[in-house]
Amino acid sequence: MRTWYFSEMAYHPAWEKGLARGSLRVNFPSENLDPVEAGTLLNRYLDEFALCDEVGLDIMVNEHHSTATCMTVSVPMALSIIARETKKARLLTLGNPIANRPDPVRVAEEMAWLDCVSGGRLEMGLVKGAPYEIAPANSNPGRLMRRYWEAHDLILKAMSTTTGPFSWEGEFFHYRNVNIWPRPIQQPTPPVWMTGMSVETGTMAAERGHVVGTLLSGGLAKPMYDAYRKRARELGWEAGPDRFAYAAIIGVGKTREEGLRRADIIADYVRTAPVVAEPFNNPPGYNSLGANVAILKSGPRANRIVTDRNGDQIDHRTATVQQFMDTETVFAGTPDDVYNQLKAFNARMGGVGNLLFFGQGGYLSHQDSKENIALFGKEVAPRLMELGVPETAAAE
Amino acid sequence: MSRHVTVAGVSLEIEERGQGRPLLFLHAGEGLQPQRPWLDTLAKSFRVIAPHHPGFGGSALPDWFGTVDDIAYLYLDLAKQFELDDALLVGSCFGGWVAAEMAVRNTAPFAGLVLTAPLGIKIGGVLDRDIADMHGMPRPEFMKFAWADPTLSTIDYATLADTELAGVARGRESLALFGWKPYMHNPRLRRWLHRIDIPTKLLWGDKDGIVSQAYGQGWQAEIASSTMETIAAAGHYPHWEQPQAFADRVTAFAKTLS
Repeated sequence: MRTWYFSEMAYHPAWEKGLARGSLRVNFPSENLDPVEAGTLLNRYLDEFALCDEVGLDIMVNEHHSTATCMTVSVPMALSIIARETKKARLLTLGNPIANRPDPVRVAEEMAWLDCVSGGRLEMGLVKGAPYEIAPANSNPGRLMRRYWEAHDLILKAMSTTTGPFSWEGEFFHYRNVNIWPRPIQQPTPPVWMTGMSVETGTMAAERGHVVGTLLSGGLAKPMYDAYRKRARELGWEAGPDRFAYAAIIGVGKTREEGLRRADIIADYVRTAPVVAEPFNNPPGYNSLGANVAILKSGPRANRIVTDRNGDQIDHRTATVQQFMDTETVFAGTPDDVYNQLKAFNARMGGVGNLLFFGQGGYLSHQDSKENIALFGKEVAPRLMELGVPETAAAE
Repeated sequence: MSRHVTVAGVSLEIEERGQGRPLLFLHAGEGLQPQRPWLDTLAKSFRVIAPHHPGFGGSALPDWFGTVDDIAYLYLDLAKQFELDDALLVGSCFGGWVAAEMAVRNTAPFAGLVLTAPLGIKIGGVLDRDIADMHGMPRPEFMKFAWADPTLSTIDYATLADTELAGVARGRESLALFGWKPYMHNPRLRRWLHRIDIPTKLLWGDKDGIVSQAYGQGWQAEIASSTMETIAAAGHYPHWEQPQAFADRVTAFAKTLS
């Protein structure tokens, strides 16, 4: 299991005000942000990313828009700085919200540029994006996944075509001279990642051999991984753990209390992430008809609930650390605790090769963040590297 | 009872009720809702032909279909297939936009046009929102903008069958597909409204919070043959909120047509 550190680079100083208004995203005015303080925080977060390279961790960056929960507005912009400050870490974009991007060729150019500048260290995530990203981008939620797949195909073709230009006249995108310079070091393209939470996504990712990641809910992850493995077998190949990724909040400390305390602070991210004015959380067409039928029946709060291992429902906004540990949203404690929890998780999932380590969030201080990263990098990550397919799954 | 009709290769669910002058009714973004009393009230005076738009109710939404232009051409084909002549074309809200797109192309099947709080054109400047952002407000707030008496709008979704709920969800998705960006309008349509060469009645609920009466006057200014009337104690859907007053206005307008 490889470990990829990430942080959303939150602007937590505005959280109290946003929570009081009932929305931290989309319609929370930016007068609630002090840009000088934002700059200080961004530099601090970038230092924390740079530290990962020193302790042997890989790095992941994501992006969100119009929100106090995440100041990373552009994956390539953040990674271009990180690429220059690191030497060994592989750099994962998870990802580029390509269904919300008007210009996929520009995405291909940015990713190729990053691959060149980093010496071929890029891993390229192409994602659908969260529902509340529709409003800031004002992209049409209808036929979103059709647009996603057309953008996906165009980006991969743009990166892997060396004898261009070629033309593209699709349903959504039109170009007459696609011919990107520079082209990526890793040919035909850097490794491609997707995210999802459904069996359908697992199947579609398997058909392309992409890495598939999910976040914060083991209950949803397992069926998706299983669907991937099944589809891969049907297609004549065996999907190893390196095809799967899982994002979790992790607090590690010299003592169990210290690890739990850190995890509890980082978990404020999960408590705040769903707090967005109702209409932006489920734009029409974003979710499946089946999901929308369920929401119509039970009301808009249904999508904030996850189910723990015992089948009990947990509300993300108010859950305790222990509840988050039961949903496999959080792993926490001493290095041994965290290793053992992840080893057991790996076994339950049938082998997950990539851990997306949410190691900073919310009010976790710079000092705590550095210690969390360093302790995990030195004492947990090397042992995780030896975890592979669990024996029970391998015997099946 | 509805039936299915295939027009231009698209399977449409259509309600057809009543006798008399044909009236092609194009429904609002919130759907046809034929169970409300408006349809039977209108059908006392007209042969009402009311399709569910593609992607709404039981009407198909083929992969190739995706714009308001597509709907306008589809319904012009429908008018031909039904051999409509001297008919009335009536559109509410989103359906008013579709009706206007049809009418700038071809008014031959129709003797008159009724636009009830139509969406579809841009009047104000770049910072002006002519059409309320129905997708940027919680449902209860939307109901307050859209209804003079929001209590009449209530639908208890918990009591509906899954197929009906799927129809609601599907209609919402289709409305987004057709009208998300530019938001519920065609920036070019206003310049072509002068092509509408049949008598046109603009009807507006006096409590409409989705599109203002000033927006209606913007329409009126572009269509030489148009007049505008308001309906009291009605919001954005006068046919639902004041079905009798709505039917009376449409009937009175029809009588003025040769």
